[in-house]
Amino acid sequence: MLTSDTGLTGQGPAADADGLRAQVAEFLTAHDPKSTEPLEFLRARFDAGLAWVHYPAGLGGQGLPRSLQTIVDREFEAAGSPSNHPERNGIGLGMAAPTILAHGTPEQKERWLRPLWTGEEIWCQLFSEPGAGSDLAGLATRAVRDGDEWTVNGQKVWTSSAHMASRALLVARTNPDLPKHEGLTYFALDMRQPGVEVRPLRQATGEAEFNEVFMTDAKIPDADRIGDVGQGWTVSMATLMNERVSIGGNALPREGGMIASAARTWRDHPELRTPGLHDRILRLWADAEVARIAGSRLRQQLAAGQPGPEGSAAKLVFARLNQEISEFEVELAGADGLRYDDWTMRRPEGANFFGRNPGFRFLRAKGNSIEGGTSEILRNIVSERVLGLPKEARMDTGPWKDLPR
Amino acid sequence: MSEATVTRVPAAGPGRPQPLDLLYGETENELRAAVRSVLEDKAAWPDVLARTETAETYDSALWHTLAADIGLAGLLIPEEHGGAGASYREAAVVAEEIGRAIAPVPFLGSAVVATTALLSAGDAGLLAELASGAVTAALAVPFAAGPASLPAATVRIEASRPGDEAGTYRLSGQVPGVADALPAGLLLVPADGVPYGLYAVRVSGGGVGTTPVVSLDQTRQLADLTFDGALARQVAAGTQAEAAVRAALLAGAGVLASEQFGLADRALELTVAYVRERRQFARPVGGFQAIKHRLADLWVAVSQARAVARAAADRLSQQNEAETELTVALAKAACSDTALKAAQEMVQLHGGIGFTWEHPAHLFLKRAKADSIGFGTADAHRASLARLANLPAPAAGA
Repeated sequence: MLTSDTGLTGQGPAADADGLRAQVAEFLTAHDPKSTEPLEFLRARFDAGLAWVHYPAGLGGQGLPRSLQTIVDREFEAAGSPSNHPERNGIGLGMAAPTILAHGTPEQKERWLRPLWTGEEIWCQLFSEPGAGSDLAGLATRAVRDGDEWTVNGQKVWTSSAHMASRALLVARTNPDLPKHEGLTYFALDMRQPGVEVRPLRQATGEAEFNEVFMTDAKIPDADRIGDVGQGWTVSMATLMNERVSIGGNALPREGGMIASAARTWRDHPELRTPGLHDRILRLWADAEVARIAGSRLRQQLAAGQPGPEGSAAKLVFARLNQEISEFEVELAGADGLRYDDWTMRRPEGANFFGRNPGFRFLRAKGNSIEGGTSEILRNIVSERVLGLPKEARMDTGPWKDLPR
Repeated sequence: MSEATVTRVPAAGPGRPQPLDLLYGETENELRAAVRSVLEDKAAWPDVLARTETAETYDSALWHTLAADIGLAGLLIPEEHGGAGASYREAAVVAEEIGRAIAPVPFLGSAVVATTALLSAGDAGLLAELASGAVTAALAVPFAAGPASLPAATVRIEASRPGDEAGTYRLSGQVPGVADALPAGLLLVPADGVPYGLYAVRVSGGGVGTTPVVSLDQTRQLADLTFDGALARQVAAGTQAEAAVRAALLAGAGVLASEQFGLADRALELTVAYVRERRQFARPVGGFQAIKHRLADLWVAVSQARAVARAAADRLSQQNEAETELTVALAKAACSDTALKAAQEMVQLHGGIGFTWEHPAHLFLKRAKADSIGFGTADAHRASLARLANLPAPAAGA
């Protein structure tokens, strides 16, 4: 008597799925993945509307439901097709593309989306500044217009992939006389120019996942402005919404996250067990499993077209659990917890908790409650937007240039 | 190392567990609306508070409406025995609503726990009686007993008396602190003897003492039961009786988790509404970050509780014992902590009014605290995870 309200129903999507399989088969006949040059293959796949099927026709897609993308990906993978290596262009695919799609001009979409999707152009995001972390709208990087060109001066920080990127999403102040949210404009910046300097930003773990980016008279043609002058905050919000969506995360199996290595150590080393630690691992295991179930529920809500605000909870819980579990893991290791694997300054491709020792996880997890919105800012968002509690009293109205800094 | 060093991620029963459906279906939403409308009408919190100081702490008129008009008495009972043939998913939705209202009705004890024992034992006659709403039943075990182990039987079988019908038994002994026994006409009593069994005792049949307990939770008053040669009929014997009691306690813990979630959700809702209204220092107190962040954290905990309570209800509706045990343990542990936290935040964030008798916060607090012990504490359920999730305790003396 119970009907699941998840899943696809009706003729349309099923027919679309079959149609897509047929299209992929036809494409593979015309472009043999074994003999076609990878870049040529990827460009052709984009032009055939088989890159991201939920994007519009002519821009790599066919305007179909996003859920159908997995079918296409699976078919291409099974045929041994070249990959666009999405793991190398997370910001580009996850944040730049949806922002360009929502706010770019037809000419910009035409120019940027194809090389972005094929991986020819890696994108990064120039948002945070040393003086503008949680208070992003207070940022100070200046862009000054001279005819059809903008000149940019300022410093950005916590930029992942900047050392590999050829383009950046940039938000800069174009009018200091307006209140802070109104004087911002959004651009795409060419990273390969003399006015842009990228320096690694070494973090507490010893390595440098992120960068600092210094802009000294960097140039941007006005044709690379995304959205109107003064619309930078609105466009930035579109980018950040996509960041939060992607934090919802993928479906994990039981013990699929940070709890895995703690549980493994617990099982493999009976000599490390104490009553106090036993209580803690039972609590942590339970919390991790409950969080995993809550994540499944969130995805079922999205699939059923009933998105809830629970996504904001996911990141708060994820940050707390990663920190508590990794603290536990170092303590469980006892004397071995005093050893660290390697302080050498390195440039990893991304954050990877595994393949390093518990000390690394302990240190890296401290960033989880800061990056992508601090836990304190998230609590403000939950309390104001979900619970409807009054906003903080504002001290920062009036022209940006007059605010105390 | 003496213990097994094999790393094993706890799987679940044979093969991969069935996927979970964690949402609410249309039938469930309709049932919720029907139950809520009755409870809003007949169990607003001033009614609930007033009833705690009367002789009849269970609301029999309200239970009659829910049991008969909406069919809650026979919700889990198959249609062929006169019930609604619904699953634990629906029962959990009803429990959420009862938790929201902190309503004094024996739904959990009769329509979930006793019914599950009878379903397990396959007693068609008693199931039909329960489904009709003619009688309310309770399983005679302490409310604090959880599903991790069978509670020790404190009732024994006595010698029959001259003139007793064949197939009848006489029971004597005591069971302290039983939930939902006060309004029950039928008691299902686990008793030791030859054989250990589950026995049906009519309260009206004599030899049964039902003493109300001055209970921490005034909305679910417990009873101490005494049996003094009470006449009984056997419902199940031996391992079948053990299985019936175990299934009943597991269902009780799992559905109580949904009740706890409902209580927590309502406590949060009432507290948010209050801090938006209440003004101090010429502004709503809900605008202070110290309060906003506490409520945001509570909302996060309540969101997690909803997901795991749904998971437990869904697992109870499937046939996978290992997964059900594990998910019920998770749900009861998480929802116990969250309901208590929500009720405590409700008291604190209401300030002085929240500490008065006239405001319902204390009723939420008492029910949340008692529920956190009922059918096994959070600690007891986490201890079960040591076995269910393969996270063994330190060796004795370690």
